[in-house]
Amino acid sequence: MDRIKTIIDKEWAEVFKNRLVLFTVTLLPLLFTIMPLVMLSTIKTGNSTNLPSTGSSAGFAQTCGALPEQDCIQILISNEFLLLFMILPVMIPITIAAYSIVGEKTTRSLEPLLATPITTVELLAGKTLAAVIPAIVATWGGFLIFILLLPITGISNAVKAYITGPTWLLAIILIGPLMAVLAANFAVIVSSRVNDPRAAEQFSAILLVPILIVLFLQIAGVIVVNVQLVLISALGFVLLDIGVIYLGSKLFQRENILTRWR
Amino acid sequence: MIKTELLTKKFQLNKKNPPITAVEGLTLEVKEGEVFGFLGPNGAGKTTTVRLLTSLIAPTSGRAWIDGLEIGKNDQKIRETVGILTETPGMYDRLSADKNLTIFARLYRVKDVSGQVSKYLHMLGLWERRFDEVGSFSKGMRQKLAIARALLHEPKLLFLDEPTSGLDPEAAKLVRDFIEELKSEGRTIFLCTHNLDEADRLCGRIGIFKTHLITVDTPEALRTKLFGRKVVFHLTTVNPAWIGMLKEIPFITDAQNVDNKIMVSLKDPETQNPVIVRKLVEAGADIQFVGELRHSLEDIYLQMIHQA
Repeated sequence: MDRIKTIIDKEWAEVFKNRLVLFTVTLLPLLFTIMPLVMLSTIKTGNSTNLPSTGSSAGFAQTCGALPEQDCIQILISNEFLLLFMILPVMIPITIAAYSIVGEKTTRSLEPLLATPITTVELLAGKTLAAVIPAIVATWGGFLIFILLLPITGISNAVKAYITGPTWLLAIILIGPLMAVLAANFAVIVSSRVNDPRAAEQFSAILLVPILIVLFLQIAGVIVVNVQLVLISALGFVLLDIGVIYLGSKLFQRENILTRWR
Repeated sequence: MIKTELLTKKFQLNKKNPPITAVEGLTLEVKEGEVFGFLGPNGAGKTTTVRLLTSLIAPTSGRAWIDGLEIGKNDQKIRETVGILTETPGMYDRLSADKNLTIFARLYRVKDVSGQVSKYLHMLGLWERRFDEVGSFSKGMRQKLAIARALLHEPKLLFLDEPTSGLDPEAAKLVRDFIEELKSEGRTIFLCTHNLDEADRLCGRIGIFKTHLITVDTPEALRTKLFGRKVVFHLTTVNPAWIGMLKEIPFITDAQNVDNKIMVSLKDPETQNPVIVRKLVEAGADIQFVGELRHSLEDIYLQMIHQA
């Protein structure tokens, strides 16, 4: 465990000297926290005719129940912000993991590191956790600030209850870390095949596509994010995480790293 | 300390082409406390051999032991036992020298981390720059830091891959002197180098390697094996009759006149030189100097590599 801690310490000491990483981990969560607060305040003060057309579906009806139309629209809009929040646990690990692995390759520091008695599992765990922990902290921290500042938006108690309810909580607390694990391991695998941090980041960013698809499907009224969808997604992410960790551990072999990862 | 038996490493780069042999049938023994020079041209497989012996890669066939531990079976223990200076120093440029060493000391589970870091920073003259980012260091300083990193856990066996490569003469001397110091401490050193003068000065034995081991011996024994021993007699003038006289002496295999010098091939100059000196003086020669002609390790190396 102390070797994992050493790797995490090393990664953070190195990676957070990179301004791009620092921006992604600090400013992006703040931006994603402030933006929904401003939007919710705006929607609150508008009238229903100015609200975006959302379409209707069984899911929409199920989510809104007997709530007034304005509350219902706010809930639906808030779901879009939830998906915005879900970008954080993907973006942050990709930025960190892509840099940490490719950085080792470009500075040729991997060989001396691999020559130490550290096991492959410890090294992989250290590198993954160094990318996952900041993502979780940033996502949960951003969400906490969002919850604390919700009252200033003047939204109704029903919308507040929805945002602090099971759909959001499950997504942030459960899916966030699962997505971060997926993104970090995926970035490690991608970076094993490229030699440039930007290329690793850009290729790893493919993981954002499913989130954007869900976002657009919701805007189009095809689906509505609810507890059921969150739980199904969580199950899917668990399976994906197992798969990507297995694949990563297979690829992350000393010999491959030294002789093929150039 | 190091023992290999028919150690072979082949790389299968793709399925279409046959595997590339980097190391073939290496059988070698390096004793404890020995400084062993591993010489070979670029691409000979020296770095692959070091990687095999430090358990970084697995052999295709053959076996090897490090301090009695078999590679492939005790890899983690082997990595705890050895220290390695890789061909490129590979430091964390954004971190300080102190932080770089602290990280590695912790990975090696060194008991007194700050004590060991401080010891080697002082020893290698980097103490004053300990909090500076390594990215600002010169090549020589980086190399010294990499050597410090390899020594933090006080390994009994040290692999040094081109330790003075690319260094200016002053930095190279500093590193060489430090290796001399390590040698005097009784550490076993496996030194890969292109610098033949360095190998000649530091190594008890050398191995010349090009995918397979061409020869292993002490530099002196290799000189004798390849070129025999030659003694040069510097005279004020050379009488051609003296050459004939010397050739009649049974233990002299060859004698030549080269620019007022007589060059004689001998097997045992220590006992045979006085006889020759007496004969020449009796014949009326004025001897200015007597010295052995030493072939450089470069001559040996080039001869061996070309023969291979």
